[in-house]
Amino acid sequence: MKVKVLSRNPDDYVRETKLDIQRVPRNYDPTLHPFEVTREYTRALNATKLERVFAKPFLASLDGHRDGVNCMAKHTKSLSTLLSGSCDGEVKVWNLTKHECVRTLQAHEGFVRGMVVRYCGASFFTVGDDKTIKQWKMEAMGYGEEEVPLNTILGKTVFTGLDHHQKDGVFATCGQQVDIWDEQRSSPIRSFTWGVDSFSCVRFNPVETELLGSCASDRSIVLYDMRESMPLKKVIMTMRSNTLCWNPMEAYYFTCSNEDYNLYTYDMRYLQRPVTVHMDHVSAVLDVDYSPTGKEFVSASFDKTVRIFLKDGGHSREVYHTKRMQHVICVKWSADSKYIMSGSDEMNIRLWKANAAEKLGVLAPRERQAANYSQKLKEKFQHHPQIRRIARHRHLPKNIYHQTKELRIMKEARSRKERNVRKHSKPGTIPVVSEKEKHVVTVVQ
Amino acid sequence: AFVNNPAKEQELNEADENITSEEEEYGCEDDRKRQKLLEAISALGGKRKKRLGERSEAAVQMSEFTVNAEGEGDKIDLSDLIGTMDKTPAISAKTKNRLRKLQKSKKTIECPLSKQETERIQRDVAFQKAATEVSRWDGIIKQNQRAEQLVFPVNQEPSGPKPMERVVTSWKAQTPLEQEIFALLSANKQPITDPILTPTETASLKAMSLEEAKIRRAELQKARALQSYYEAKARRERKIKSKKYHKVHNKDKRKVFLKQFDEMVKTDPAAALEELNKMELARMQERMSLKHQNSGKWAKSKAVMAKYDEGARKAMQQQLEVNKELTQKLITSLNNEEEEEGVDVEVMPDFVNDAEQGLDSSNPWMRGKLSEDHTEKEISDIVDLSAEGAGVAENTAEEEEDTEKVEETEEEALLREFDSRRKLRQAQEADVVPSAAEELDASDKEAEELTEFTSLFRGIAEQAEAAADASPSDTKTQLDEGLMRIKTLEDVELLSQEESAPEIASVQPQPSPATENLPHATQQGGKNRKRKRGIELKEVLTKETKVIQVPLAPTVEDKEDSDENLDQRGLIKEAFAGDDVISDFLRDKRKQEDAGKPKVVDLTLPGWGEWGGMGLKVSRNKRRRFRIKTAPPPPRKDERLPSVIISERKNSSISLHQVNSLPFPFENHSQFESIICSPVGRTWNTERTVKRVTKPKVVTRLGAIIEPMAREELMRDKNHGSAGNAK
Repeated sequence: MKVKVLSRNPDDYVRETKLDIQRVPRNYDPTLHPFEVTREYTRALNATKLERVFAKPFLASLDGHRDGVNCMAKHTKSLSTLLSGSCDGEVKVWNLTKHECVRTLQAHEGFVRGMVVRYCGASFFTVGDDKTIKQWKMEAMGYGEEEVPLNTILGKTVFTGLDHHQKDGVFATCGQQVDIWDEQRSSPIRSFTWGVDSFSCVRFNPVETELLGSCASDRSIVLYDMRESMPLKKVIMTMRSNTLCWNPMEAYYFTCSNEDYNLYTYDMRYLQRPVTVHMDHVSAVLDVDYSPTGKEFVSASFDKTVRIFLKDGGHSREVYHTKRMQHVICVKWSADSKYIMSGSDEMNIRLWKANAAEKLGVLAPRERQAANYSQKLKEKFQHHPQIRRIARHRHLPKNIYHQTKELRIMKEARSRKERNVRKHSKPGTIPVVSEKEKHVVTVVQ
Repeated sequence: AFVNNPAKEQELNEADENITSEEEEYGCEDDRKRQKLLEAISALGGKRKKRLGERSEAAVQMSEFTVNAEGEGDKIDLSDLIGTMDKTPAISAKTKNRLRKLQKSKKTIECPLSKQETERIQRDVAFQKAATEVSRWDGIIKQNQRAEQLVFPVNQEPSGPKPMERVVTSWKAQTPLEQEIFALLSANKQPITDPILTPTETASLKAMSLEEAKIRRAELQKARALQSYYEAKARRERKIKSKKYHKVHNKDKRKVFLKQFDEMVKTDPAAALEELNKMELARMQERMSLKHQNSGKWAKSKAVMAKYDEGARKAMQQQLEVNKELTQKLITSLNNEEEEEGVDVEVMPDFVNDAEQGLDSSNPWMRGKLSEDHTEKEISDIVDLSAEGAGVAENTAEEEEDTEKVEETEEEALLREFDSRRKLRQAQEADVVPSAAEELDASDKEAEELTEFTSLFRGIAEQAEAAADASPSDTKTQLDEGLMRIKTLEDVELLSQEESAPEIASVQPQPSPATENLPHATQQGGKNRKRKRGIELKEVLTKETKVIQVPLAPTVEDKEDSDENLDQRGLIKEAFAGDDVISDFLRDKRKQEDAGKPKVVDLTLPGWGEWGGMGLKVSRNKRRRFRIKTAPPPPRKDERLPSVIISERKNSSISLHQVNSLPFPFENHSQFESIICSPVGRTWNTERTVKRVTKPKVVTRLGAIIEPMAREELMRDKNHGSAGNAK
């Protein structure tokens, strides 16, 4: 008679050394693991819920300014350093890891309008309402030394914005005109004017480093090439753009924040219509900054919120707000793509996580795998109504919520009216104008 | 432009001043008047240019160098300059001529564009330039958008301390002189670090000696010559058209091969096994293809000719031979010769197709796959009957097993057999339906459902089984294939014979075709006594069919011995012997069906239109009128599926979780469903797959500054692109 005995080969389950991972024999036969869709759906649902549970983006608030924060600058070489300039002309250097102010200097009389760190990270420039451009050393002064700028340039008019070239000792300012300055000279090497008397923002393209973009008060965005004597082109929109930011990974895309509550992403070669219109804010958008990966950008608005948009998403993926945060004037995305800094009217700088639910710090391999898996699951089941509902749910302050609703109603009413007018007029007389085309008035060559 | 309108005016002016200077003495009064007049006239012309007023200061009029400041403030004309030209001898005649010509030509130069327009053109040109420059990034941007994973920072250098060796070796003190020397050395392929041998020197060192080289060359020459001879021979042979030659040749080859194989079996069993495997592979491929089945164009044409042409017949026969050889199961049993014999026995020189060839020495009837054998046997029986005329001769021929001497009748029989077989199949299929219907009528409904259910269940189980052990032997899969093809009635029979017997008493074992065929078979057995053992096997088979009607207990035991899958199922059955799941299920289904049936709505009201009261019945007429029968619902989807309940009512609790419209990037439902249905977790996938599938799209490193895209990327991309193209 044959006696059956359970027998296993030790090679199948014994580790060679104790440092090896445990061998877990697995049978992938699908019949042994039924209901894969439902099980994964449950996992995805749980992951989504957990994501919402863990979504705590607010990290810290940096207080110390005695007036509203008007501008900020990232350090080009150090992640933990942030510079901020306030409306009373004070500039503060912050250590983000310690959440403390490292250095304070009275840079200007009146507003600090613009601020930028030189590409080497050794010094920074500020412009202010007192018509001066000042260059400062990044290192703090020694004990007892007076805070004196390395260099001061006295301009004829007020400067409103400032940006530095990516690799050369050249910077650009804007005010009544856009000026290109050599660091070694006290007068601009080039000035651009084009029938406008006031610019609010000028930015160098970080990829094609000789190109610039600026926002003017005549509702236009003007492009320049530093090497040419003339501006390149300008597009006039229905309302004024406040700031503009180039995509750091894609040379020809830039996004501008507009007074009409929207942001517009343009391809600089085709200014006739924006590539994407980003809507969601309920008040003027004041500042925009791209994530260094070029996949997302963050916008600050007068409606007291900070929103994060995908670069090709029409609506925001995230909205940040706190009870105490007032009109957000400036916003920056940190250079490692993990944090967002926002400076607002009520004198505080706030530090946020770029991904609200992301666990910061070093992840164990299994932790990372689990995170990846749940991310994938969320992605896979994102179209399912329950999951979508949970994933998209955000809390909003009451007034913003109602304003959003109101805006929606207004928009619907407008479109309804247009539809009706079209219905009652001769076919073809009232063309359908897409949302993208609506906001561009003209392109001037 | 030297000549233009203001100039003319000034000429006038000048002339006039000349006059004044001459007439100075006569009186200023007239002069002034005239001047005023002239001014008035010139003002009439609309020229706004302000003229210089008359100057009376001595200093201007009469210079201290006694030079008259005549024509002061006027533009110099070309003619003024040319006037002195004649007097100066240094100027050549040629230039003089050219200047004169220039003076004569009165063409005016075009007016320059306005400032606005020039600026606009400049802007346009500059913009075009910038746009083309920026468009260079198109490739990289597209590539990044499409990339499955992007890792930032773009070009990472491993952070942290580097190993000492690398730091030391990479660092070199280089003066310009050193650099120059190194450049020279590397240009001339001189050793840089270890100055012993140049590359050419090492190569020469590595080369072989002269004698060696000679020997090698001779060898190569010989080999080449031999190869060319062989090739020539092969070409010559291939060109020979004689079929006879090829036939003989092939036969020779086969013989030689067989001899070799026999030897190999003794000397080198491993190689022999390999050969066998090869043969097996060829056979399998053959089985998969339709070659040598006498079904191609060629075969059909030959079949037409076969009646009259002996050659054609032979050709067909030959092809069938090949088919047989290839399709037969070869058993790789080098150890036990008995089995080999068995194989030989099984190689039936019959024209029976694969299914029967696949019969194995392990007894198939013990695995309860009887009915299939039935059919096959049935078919072959009938075939035999049809081919009875040729029967005896055929048998003898087969016994001889010499294909070249097969009688003519055989081919005809062959063809006829193929035909009749096909017809039989069709007829069977046609038969199955009505007979089944009759049976259904006869037996009560529940029993029928039950049988169907169980048959289905069994079918599924067997499928699974087949899938589980598909690899070990071909025969099993073959058998299973056959089983798959079997229609419902056979399923029912199979079921009634095997599984359902203990469960349902009401279902009696059908009078199986096996028993019907029994007399045929025995008869045949008597007839073809001398047939080969393949046929004997069949006899055995028919005997066994009788055995099968005996209660199943012994077979079950066998099963338990043979394979553990069945054993487990038996165990489960035993464990759940108490609860009658199937009848529960059926009851459930019946209930659902009843609920779905339309109900008669009775709207009769007593007393309306007639007398009402205790003990009075509503008239039939009225009842007929007010009882409303709703239309029957469309037939249930599970009407024909005994083992399934399909509910067509929408379940709201589920629909809450369902996607009700096709999401954007997908184009059709199947795409979306396939995405949803493929699991990504490690429960269903291997570690590597999970890692690949769950790879995040953007990876950033904590604490690493991500620089904007640099121009170098563009260059790198170009290089990569060119390299890719080169590949």
